[in-house]
Amino acid sequence: MKLALPKGRLLKDSASLLERADVGLEGYDKRSRSYRLKSSRFPGIFFKVFQERDIPIQVAIGNYDLGICGLDWVEELMARYPSGELVKLRDLGYGRSDIYVVTSGHSGVSSLEEINDRFARVRIVSEYQNMAESFARRQRLRRFSILPICGAGEVYPPESADLAIITKASAGSFASYDLVPLSRILSSNASLIANRNSLAKADLSEFLGCLQPFAAETKAGTVLPAAGEVTGVKMHAVKGPGDKVEGRPRDSEVTRLALPDGHLLKSAAEFLQKAGLNIQGYSGAPATRRLTTDLPGVTIKVIRPQDMPLQVANDNFDLAITGEDWLKDHLYRFPSSPVTEILKLGFGKVTLVAVVSQDIPARDIHELRDLVTGGYIPSLRVASEYVNIADKYARDNHLGHFKIIPTWGASEAFLPEDADLLIENTETGETLARHNLAVIDTIFESSACLIGHRDNLSHTSKKGGIERIIDIIRKGC
Amino acid sequence: MKVPRCKGMRDLLPDDMVKFRQIEEVFRHCSIKWGYEEVRTPMLEYLHLFTATGTLTPGMLGRVYSFLDWNGWSGERVVLRPEGTIPTARLYLEDLAGDEISRLSYVGNTFTFEETGTEQRERWQCGVELIGKSQPLADVELMLLASEVLGKLRLGPLQVKLSHAGLIKALIEELGLGAAEQTQILDQVLEGNIKALGEIETQDADLKRALALLMDVTGSSPGFLKNVRMLLGNALPRFEPSLRDLASIAELLGAMDCAYQIDIASGRGFEYYTGVIFHFDISNKRVGGGGRYDDLISLVGGPSIPASGFALYIDQLMDLLKLEERPVPRILIQCQEDSATGLKSCFEVARSLRESGYIVQLDQGQKAVGDYRWLLTVSGKGLFRLTDQATGVKHELASEAEIRQAMESSG
Repeated sequence: MKLALPKGRLLKDSASLLERADVGLEGYDKRSRSYRLKSSRFPGIFFKVFQERDIPIQVAIGNYDLGICGLDWVEELMARYPSGELVKLRDLGYGRSDIYVVTSGHSGVSSLEEINDRFARVRIVSEYQNMAESFARRQRLRRFSILPICGAGEVYPPESADLAIITKASAGSFASYDLVPLSRILSSNASLIANRNSLAKADLSEFLGCLQPFAAETKAGTVLPAAGEVTGVKMHAVKGPGDKVEGRPRDSEVTRLALPDGHLLKSAAEFLQKAGLNIQGYSGAPATRRLTTDLPGVTIKVIRPQDMPLQVANDNFDLAITGEDWLKDHLYRFPSSPVTEILKLGFGKVTLVAVVSQDIPARDIHELRDLVTGGYIPSLRVASEYVNIADKYARDNHLGHFKIIPTWGASEAFLPEDADLLIENTETGETLARHNLAVIDTIFESSACLIGHRDNLSHTSKKGGIERIIDIIRKGC
Repeated sequence: MKVPRCKGMRDLLPDDMVKFRQIEEVFRHCSIKWGYEEVRTPMLEYLHLFTATGTLTPGMLGRVYSFLDWNGWSGERVVLRPEGTIPTARLYLEDLAGDEISRLSYVGNTFTFEETGTEQRERWQCGVELIGKSQPLADVELMLLASEVLGKLRLGPLQVKLSHAGLIKALIEELGLGAAEQTQILDQVLEGNIKALGEIETQDADLKRALALLMDVTGSSPGFLKNVRMLLGNALPRFEPSLRDLASIAELLGAMDCAYQIDIASGRGFEYYTGVIFHFDISNKRVGGGGRYDDLISLVGGPSIPASGFALYIDQLMDLLKLEERPVPRILIQCQEDSATGLKSCFEVARSLRESGYIVQLDQGQKAVGDYRWLLTVSGKGLFRLTDQATGVKHELASEAEIRQAMESSG
C-alpha cells in the first residue's frame, strides 16, 4: 500500500493526526529532508511526501492508494475529470480554506448576474483553472479568458483581470486589496482521498480504521456545483455591446512594472537598490503586493516570476523581472508571443538539467534514449515544473513514447518511483546528489532577466517611460 | 510496439468507406437537387462561438475538446467543433449574410468527449441549414428532404417525431421556478432527461393535466394538439403560439402524406432551438434530428434572422446500411514479360480499360486472385489471354477492343 502525504500548510496538522492515530511515522516534520517515510506500526506501507497539489493526480493515476490533501486540489482535478479514479473518503476537519470569486471594488459589479452585462470579455485569473472554467460555463459567461497563475491572484484585479478565483487566506483580507467577494464557490478542508481501483480491490481497512476515531467530520465541503448561487442566469443574448468594457482603460503615460516574489525577491531587491530604483516595501515577504516608488508614472506589482511572461504577453505589464527559464518555457508554448528579453540581469543563476535516479544505467541522454528504444523503459515518465521545456526536450531528443507529468515543486521526490526523468533547475547540484539523483544533461543556464512586450517597446506614447526604467535597471547590470 | 488509435475515435475501413460514400452521395445528390449549396467549415473554432450566448448547455460545453492554440496566450481557447449548425451560422454571417435565403449543406465530423471511451467521441454527420425563412413551410421542407434522403438509402420504415422548444420553455416558465432552476431543468430536458419536467410539483391543475398528457401520450394528428389546448384552460395563452406553430407543421406534413408523431418527450436538442424540434428514428435507432433556431444568428452576433436545419448521423446510418456488392468488376493484369516494354504494354492496356470504367490493378505478385472477375495476361507480343473467373472461360485476344468486347459479351 502507498500513501501520499502533503508538504506545506497541511503538514503540521496531518502529522498531528497521524501521531494521534498512532501510525508511528518517523521524520514527517518540516525539518526533515527526506521524502520517503517509514511507519513502525505499518512497515508494509510506503509513505511519500509531495506538494499538496500533486497528490490528487498521483492518487488518480494509481501511483498511490491513499492521499491527504486539500479538497480544493481534489475539486480542481475533478472539475476537469469528473468521473475519474478519485474517491473522496472523508473530511479531516483541518486546513480550512475558502475559495471565492472576487472582483475589484471599482469594477462596478456587485453580483454574479452582472458579469455578462459588464464585460465584453471576462478575464479570470486563478490557480484553479479547471474550477475557473467550470465556473465560467455554469455562469454562462459569453466570452472569457482564463489566465492560469501560480499565486498572488489578489493583486490582479482590476487592471490585469476582471475576476480572480482565490482563497481568502491568500489575500489576507479582501478589503486590503479593494476586492469584493461575489460568491464562495468552495469550502475546503484537508481530505482523505483514495484511488477507486485500490478501494475496490485492496484491503486498506487497517490503516483507514486507525484514522477513523481521530478524523472529525466538519461542515466544510463542496459548495460546487454552484447552481444555487448562480442565480438569474440569462439564457439569451443582451443586444449589442452597450457600455461593456473590454479590459480596463489604461493611462498610456504609466509604466507598469512587475517584480518577482519567492527566491528571486531578495536578489532583485538588492539589484534594484544598486541600480538606484528606490522601491518602498520590497524586501522579505511583501506586506502588500502593490508597491510604490519615488519615480513618478510607475506602478509596481509583486507577482510570481512563473506568471510574468504570460502577463506581459497579455499587455498587463510593460516590464517584468523574471527568470530566463520561465521566459523560455512560455516561448516554447507560444512561439509567436510578443514577449521579448530586454536585459540579462545576472543574478538568480540556475542551471536547467536532465536528471535520472542513480539506479538507472544511463550516463547521458543518449544512453537514456537507448534504454527507451530498447524497451527497458517502455514509456518514459518525464516530471517537471517546466512542462513546455520538458516537452520540447523530450521531442528534440527523440525520447520515443513519453508523457509529461507536471509538478508544482519538490520535483526530486518523483524519482525513481513516480517518474523516470526529471527536468529541474539546480544551483549547486547538492539537493540532487542528496536524493541519489544523477545529472545526465545540461539543458541551459538561466538567470534573471528583464522582459517586455514587443509592441509597447516601440509604442510612441509608452516608449519614453519604458526606456527610462530600462536605463535605470541597466545601471545595476 | 503497436500504437492503438485514440480512445473513442474511429477508423473507417474500406467497407465502412463504401457505406460512408454511399450515404454522402445520396445526401449530396438530394440536397443539391433541392437547391442546397455545399459548404465546409474548419474543424477548429473559437470556444466563445459556442459560449457566446448559451448556445450550448454547460453540460455540453463541459465535454468539448478545448485547448489553447499556439498563440493562445490570452487564455481564450479553441475547440474541435462539437456540432455543425453553429459553425455554419458563423460562416453564413461572415460571408453570406446579404442573401435573402441561404440553403446550405455540409458533411463533417464533430467531437464530443465521452468519459468511458466505449462510445464514439468523433462523429460524422451530414446536415442542411435553411437560413432566412420562418414559416412552417421551411421546417416541412427540411423534414421532407431528410425523409427523401433516408428513403433513398432504403434503411427501413422512418419515424418522424415532433416536439417544440417553445412549448417546453413555456412549460418550464409556467411551472413557477426560479431563473436558475429554469435553466437547470431546460438543460436536463435538452440533454434527454424529459422526466425532470414531470417531476416538478405544480399546484396548477390545468397545467398538471396538460403536462401529464404531453409527457405520456404520443399524438399522431393535429387533433392531439387540440386536446392539449382544451386541457390547458387558463394557461393556454402562454402556449398558444407554440401550439399553433406545431399544428401548422403537423397539418402540412399530413397533407404531404408524411407520417409523424407528436412526442414532446423527444425534445432532446440544442439550447438554441426556439421552435419545432424533430427527430428521425429507424429501427428504434436515432438517425438524425433538427429544429428551428430563430435566435441563433443574433446570438452569434448577427441580425435577427430566422433559420432551421437538420443533421443526419452518418455513423448510425452506416450501422443500418447493408454493404452493396462491389458494383464494378475488377481486372487483374499479369505481365508475362519482365521488361520495360512489357510493363509499358500492361500500363497502357490498364489505362485504356480504366477509361472504359473498369477497376484495373497490376499484379504485384499477390497469391490470392479470387477477388477479381477477370485475369488478363499480357505477353510482350501484343497478345492477351483473358480469363473469366466466374465461368472459367479463357479468351486469346489481340487488341484492347477485343478485350472490351469479350468482357461485355460475358456480362
